[in-house]
Amino acid sequence: MKKIEAIIRKSKYRDVKQALYDAGISFFSYWDVTGKGNEKEGHVYRGVTYSTSDIQRRILSIVVNDEFEEATIQAILNSAATGEVGDGKIFVSDIQECYRIRTGEKGGETLK
Amino acid sequence: MELLTINNVWMMICTALVFFMHLGFGFLEAGLTRQKNTLNILFKNIFIITVGLLLYCLIGFNLMYPGEFNGFLGFAGFGLDAPLNAEGSLDLAYNEGYTYWTDFLFQGMFAATAATIVSGAVAERIKITSFMIFVVIYVGLIYPIAGSWKWGGGFLQTLDTPFYDFAGSTLVHSVGGWAALVAVWLLGSRIGKFKEGKAQAIPGHNIPLATGGVLILWLGWFGFNGGSVLSADPTLTSLTLVTTCLAAAAGGVGAFILSTILYKNLDLTMFLNGILGGLVGITAGADQMSPTDAILIGGIAGILIVLAVSFIDRIKLDDPVGAIAVHLICGIWGTLAVGIFGALASGAQFLSQLIGVVSYASICIISTFVILFTLKKTIGIRVSEREELEGLDGYEHGMDAYPDFRMNEH
Repeated sequence: MKKIEAIIRKSKYRDVKQALYDAGISFFSYWDVTGKGNEKEGHVYRGVTYSTSDIQRRILSIVVNDEFEEATIQAILNSAATGEVGDGKIFVSDIQECYRIRTGEKGGETLK
Repeated sequence: MELLTINNVWMMICTALVFFMHLGFGFLEAGLTRQKNTLNILFKNIFIITVGLLLYCLIGFNLMYPGEFNGFLGFAGFGLDAPLNAEGSLDLAYNEGYTYWTDFLFQGMFAATAATIVSGAVAERIKITSFMIFVVIYVGLIYPIAGSWKWGGGFLQTLDTPFYDFAGSTLVHSVGGWAALVAVWLLGSRIGKFKEGKAQAIPGHNIPLATGGVLILWLGWFGFNGGSVLSADPTLTSLTLVTTCLAAAAGGVGAFILSTILYKNLDLTMFLNGILGGLVGITAGADQMSPTDAILIGGIAGILIVLAVSFIDRIKLDDPVGAIAVHLICGIWGTLAVGIFGALASGAQFLSQLIGVVSYASICIISTFVILFTLKKTIGIRVSEREELEGLDGYEHGMDAYPDFRMNEH
């Protein structure tokens, strides 16, 4: 089992969600975050330019069985990219175990 | 009698509109500053309108309108003293435009405005107790004394070519603006406003609120200028409302165009300040101008706003809401414009306008400096660094303006 965490542009969320559905991924968690990155947006307030290096993004956290790993990653790569600096990152890590709270069963079955 | 009734009703409507401007100021100042200081700003505005009105009743009205006096300082006694006729009821011969009571309340609503202007400029760092002491002295004594020089029949009214200030470009707006200038200079800038000598942006936290505030102020100006006709005279009141609104519109458009050319972005806050600049600019001669004059005066005021905001940044003064640009710079411009545009335009009038501006600059700068410098050397005028960074709401008041909503602390 793998955990795939993707930091994406909020404006790309709809596309990514659709691409994940199309790849057979129908459940995941997400939350909005503020972070620092290489992107610099210059805004102007009353004639003074200020950098908004505190950037708003959305994190998706997806836990899948190993055979879905590649499809999930490709779905995100294909749907979240604009080509500009600031498109985000994907992190993949191993998941030791997984339980379904309702029944107490564990293992890869619980993710189906 | 019927005419007095009509006049008096109009004057009471105008009084209510000027009262409403205090909500406009509150919204504008709260919107253009950070959320951690919102309660503090609103507290100051509420303090000004309540205490200001009581002070005006106690001493202000009779300092400003002392009757016969030496032209510089007169006092007709404490409290209100309504004139009575032979039967013992209110003497309606007091004025053909309004009753004694209306006169007091209309002028009282004006009085508090001057201090509200200062409130925005010193926002986010002034100690509330020191500010309250300043307001009591400034609204209680300085504003009415300065006002008596012109509206009370003082020496500026008795010049060969009398100084002209219809509704207070100088008497109200510059009086607030000069005090704001001195206060900002004595206070110093907010932490983070200037970094390595360069001005930094500290964006206001609620632009919709600021927008509502400006539109409320514009509405209030129907009463501010419309009521300064001091009757419901059909020609003058309707002309005044036309010049007032055209100048507001031209001021907004002027500031919008210039700031867009200079900074390549469509800055709503400059647009809003431009509207106010146009309103302040037309106030001195709103009943003397043609529509074309009004548009020119307003448009130039709008341009002045954009230039003044960046100039004030450049000389390292920190004015969070642009009060100095709006009320002082455009107040001076509007006052001088009476000598350049409209029915009174002449060299002699321009000179009188200049004398007026210099007179008011003197009393306001000196008095504000004395009051605030004394406070600075005794109880202090600035909050602690920690308090400033964490917000005045929490320390000066022990409250939050938005207890359930905390984000984006700058």
